[in-house]
Formats: sequence, C-alpha cells, structure tokens
Amino acid sequence: MSATPPVASRGDEVADAAVRQALASTPRPPGASALSAALTFGWRGMLKVKHVPEQLLDVTITPVMFVLMFTYLFGGAIAGSTGEYRDFILPGVLVVAVLFTTVYSGIALNTDLTKGVVDRFRSLPIWRPAPLVGSLLGDSVRYLVASTVIIVLGLILGYRPPAGAGGVLAAVGLVVVFSFGLSWVFTTMGLVMRSPNAVMNAGFMSIFPLTFLSNVYVDPETLPSGLEAFVNANPVTFLVSASRGLMEGNADSGDILVVLATAAALTAVFAPLTVRLYARAR
Amino acid sequence: MATTTTLAIEATGLRKSFGEVRAVDGVDLAVPAGSVYGVLGPNGAGKTTTVRMLATLLRPDAGEARVLGHDIVSEGDAVRSLVSLTGQLASVDEDLTGRENLVLIGRLLGLGRAHAKARAGELLGAFGLADAAGRLVKNYSGGMRRRLDIAASIVVTPELMFLDEPTTGLDPRSRNQVWDIIRAMVAAGTTILLCTQYLDEADQLADGIAVIDHGRVIAEGTPAQLKASVGSGALHVRLLEPGRRPEAARVLERMLGTAHLEPDPAALSAPCAEADRGAEAIAELSRSGVGIADFSLGQPSLDEVFLALTGHPAEEQTPEQAIEQEEGVR
Repeated sequence: MSATPPVASRGDEVADAAVRQALASTPRPPGASALSAALTFGWRGMLKVKHVPEQLLDVTITPVMFVLMFTYLFGGAIAGSTGEYRDFILPGVLVVAVLFTTVYSGIALNTDLTKGVVDRFRSLPIWRPAPLVGSLLGDSVRYLVASTVIIVLGLILGYRPPAGAGGVLAAVGLVVVFSFGLSWVFTTMGLVMRSPNAVMNAGFMSIFPLTFLSNVYVDPETLPSGLEAFVNANPVTFLVSASRGLMEGNADSGDILVVLATAAALTAVFAPLTVRLYARAR
Repeated sequence: MATTTTLAIEATGLRKSFGEVRAVDGVDLAVPAGSVYGVLGPNGAGKTTTVRMLATLLRPDAGEARVLGHDIVSEGDAVRSLVSLTGQLASVDEDLTGRENLVLIGRLLGLGRAHAKARAGELLGAFGLADAAGRLVKNYSGGMRRRLDIAASIVVTPELMFLDEPTTGLDPRSRNQVWDIIRAMVAAGTTILLCTQYLDEADQLADGIAVIDHGRVIAEGTPAQLKASVGSGALHVRLLEPGRRPEAARVLERMLGTAHLEPDPAALSAPCAEADRGAEAIAELSRSGVGIADFSLGQPSLDEVFLALTGHPAEEQTPEQAIEQEEGVR
C-alpha cells in the first residue's frame, strides 16, 4: 500500500476557520463552585426526566398499583374494611414507593460509568463529589413526584389525613431525607457492580425484604416472634411509624430520631465510600 | 518548528497492572509543547491506560509524570484544570441534546449561564452540528458524536488535549473531518497527545511518534526518522494482471536484490535506496512485457515500520492483549 495522502474535506461541514476561532475565543474562567457544580448536575438530572419521561412511569405507576391493589384486594380481609385499611397503609405505601426509587440512583450511576461519560466528569476540575451530590439532588425531585402521586391518589380515594397538609408535608420531608441517606447505599452498589442490570437486581433484592418485612402492610404483633423481632428492628418500620404519626398528628419523636439517625449513619458510611470509589472508578 | 524546548508531558517509568496483566510496563514520554505527539500501537498495547494515567483518571503503580509542569499524582487538580480528554468511548451524555451537553460542560467549567449557552452555539456551528443541536445525542451518527465529544473538550480552550483513538470506527468522510479539526487545534496552539492504532493517522498528523507495544515504548522519533530507521525506501508496483506477478518478482529480484509479494495479489514491492535504480527496474519490467498498472517510489509506510520494529503487524491482537485492552478501557 503506497502512502497516498487522503484529501481533506475542506469547507465541507467543519469550517476550519470557525474551529480556529472557536479555539481562540474562550479563556479559562475560575472553576465552578462546589454548590454550582452540584446544582448543574441536578439540572442534568432534570433534563433527563424531560427527555425520557418514561423513567417517571416507574415512579408513578408502581405506587398507584400498590395503593389500589392493597386497599381493595387485602383491605377487607386484613382490616375488615377498605376505608380503614386505606388509612392504615397510605403512609406506608408512601414510604415504599419512594424507597423503591432510591435504587434508580445506583442504576443511573452505573449507566454513566458503562457509557463513558464519567470519564469526562472526572477529568474536569470540579469538586469531586459534585456529580454524585448533584444527581441525588435531582433524584429528590423523583421522590417528590412519587410522594405527590400517592397523596393525591389517597385524597381521591377518600383519605383525609388527620394532621392536615402540615402533617403530610412533614411526613414527605422525613421520607425524602431517609431516601437521600439510603440512596448512597445504592450508589455504592452502582460503582461496585458490573452492569446496570446487576445493580437493579441486587437493589430490588435488598429493597423488597426491607419494605415488605416491616409494619407497612400489617401490624407486627400478628407475626411469628422471630419475624416480629426483625420487623421491629427494621429502620423502615421506624420510618413508617413516624410518617403515620406525622400524618395522623400523633408522631413519636423517638421514631423520628431513629429515622434521622439511620439516615445520618448511612450517609456517613456510604457517601465517603461512594466518593472514593467514584474517584478511582475503572 | 523545533523552536519549543518546553515539555508538555514528561513521563518516566510509568507502570500500571490490572491483576496479572501488565498493561503499562515502564513508559517514558517526552512531548514538546505545541506539537501533536502520536502514541502508536495495536489494540491492547497500553495506550489507553497510559493516557488515563496522564489525565489523572488512573493512579500509576510506579513511575512519575508531569503534565504541563504539574505532577499527575500530587497535583491532579492543577492537571485537570489545564487538560481535556476525549476518551475512546465517546464521553458525552446520550440522553441530552448536543447543545445541553456543551452547556453542561461550560457551566461545570465555571462559565455563566448566558456565556455557556453562547459558547455552545459557537462550537456547534464550528463543528457542523448547528442543525442537530436540539437532537438527543443517542440519535447522532458516530462522526457527529465524535465531533461533539471534541467540542466538549474545547468548551474552554485546553493547553493540552488527550485524544484517544479519535477516528476509530468512523467512515472516511467523518475521519477527514476529525483530522481537519485536529489540524485546526494545532494551528491554534494546543498540544495534542494522539493515541491511534492507525499508522496513516499518525503519519498524517503527528510531529513525533512513540511506538508502543506490550506496555513499552519500542521506538520514538519523527515519522521520517522512524521510516528511515527501517530502510531508506521502497519501490511499489501494481500489475495489470495478477497472474504475471511471479514473472515480475523475478525481474525485481534481479534488479534490486529482493522482492516482496503484497497482500494485494497484483502488487509487489522491493527495497530501493536510489531513485535511479528504481527507474531502471521499472524500465526493465516494462521491457519484459509485464503490464504495469501503477508504480511509486517512496519511503516505507508506517505499516512496514511497525512490522520491522515489533515482528508482528499492527492489527494483530493476541487474546492476552484483548484482556489488557478490556481492562484498560474500563
């Protein structure tokens, strides 16, 4: 093969002079602040929701199914009336629906990693945890969407929270704070596991027992003693009790404290772990 | 050229292993500022791993390197603020539009909202992506994605740019576009470290080349020097009828000592230091009645250089190298 010089496609689509101009024109600004970088990543999360609204389907349809199914299928059998059961499980389903979406934080992170865009972010001179903190900020919007769907559906079905709007807001706030802590566990998983699918499977395998083996659907006193002990120690049980309490206006501050402490502990352990794994990811 | 004495990259003894596999096994590099420096090697030679260490994405097991005067381990932040990386996997966000990708990077680099938007528009125009600005990147062609990737790397003009196989998988037209962009960047004064497995790409663009194989630099120099180190030149001949090749080979052997049969069944070549001898050989071929389609007398191609240096062609890849490659990318 003799070396024939390829003919460059001048003036085709890429304008030489324009590229040169573009290169010359932008001096380096002082880097983005930590907050601004994190918010920019939050904005990225919002854009994804805008372009791929389907990803909100999980967040909206699953909770709707849960509420309808449990209320009308099991309500009569478990609580004697669907109305009573609806009031019992609504705060619990709120917790379950939001906790399920925390798994997506890990899936999204793993997807970024697999696609190579993480390399770009990691080669930028920004506050290193910014991509992580930013996407979790974006995820809180997802949590709020899921919460809103549940509450609105509940209201349509006749649920009247005794503590009113204030109680509901407090409960939602508590659930979001806990989810923020829990999602660090899944971002850690997202960095350790090989594919988004693996993260999804492992994530749901852990979130299922955590939410089902709690006081969301039944009173723990009806359970065999071993199971009852597990349920009573499960942080999700505390979260459900606290949200129920806040929505009914008889919250136990002990429950709330346990929830906040658990969220803080999860963040303290898994946030630094995630950041470290991210810094040296593949 | 050759007026610059400052080094943009200075690496000594860089090493990185993934488990048992030594991906990079003692790489030394000296890249002059303002040049295009080619790192040439087959898949799995350790190019990507080397670049990822220099771009502070991987920590070397041993050795040290300074990029634009900053240590890649202890001054990672300083390095990151001066370089850009266009990785082997196009590192853009598929779920965003082209414009949003560039605005995102601009904002992260500290541009104000309006400035980032204006800059995105300017780059999209310069890179022929203005019409596709509002489309999701997942619907872009490979060439468009590459151009967007490079645009994302120059939202703020970097002093040094790492380009890891920028044309792998592109059609010839897109490849030429990327080459044009690279030439324009060089003209604007950016130093470029170009990893490639395509010999003609290094030949076309690079001022200096390091040939890398099995994690080591096995040769270094300008394209011309590398070619000269292998042999002074070669006569390439293509025949009208492949069937006459044995006959033609006998003539070339008589005139020039040896003749190589090329993969193309109608082509053959022979080492040839002097143009006069080459002309005589062609005349002799012509007299013998073997129809000649075309011929050229030139320096050996980098393909031949690579073969001579490594003992295997550039495209060859052993299973072990495939693993290395895999590890290097991830």
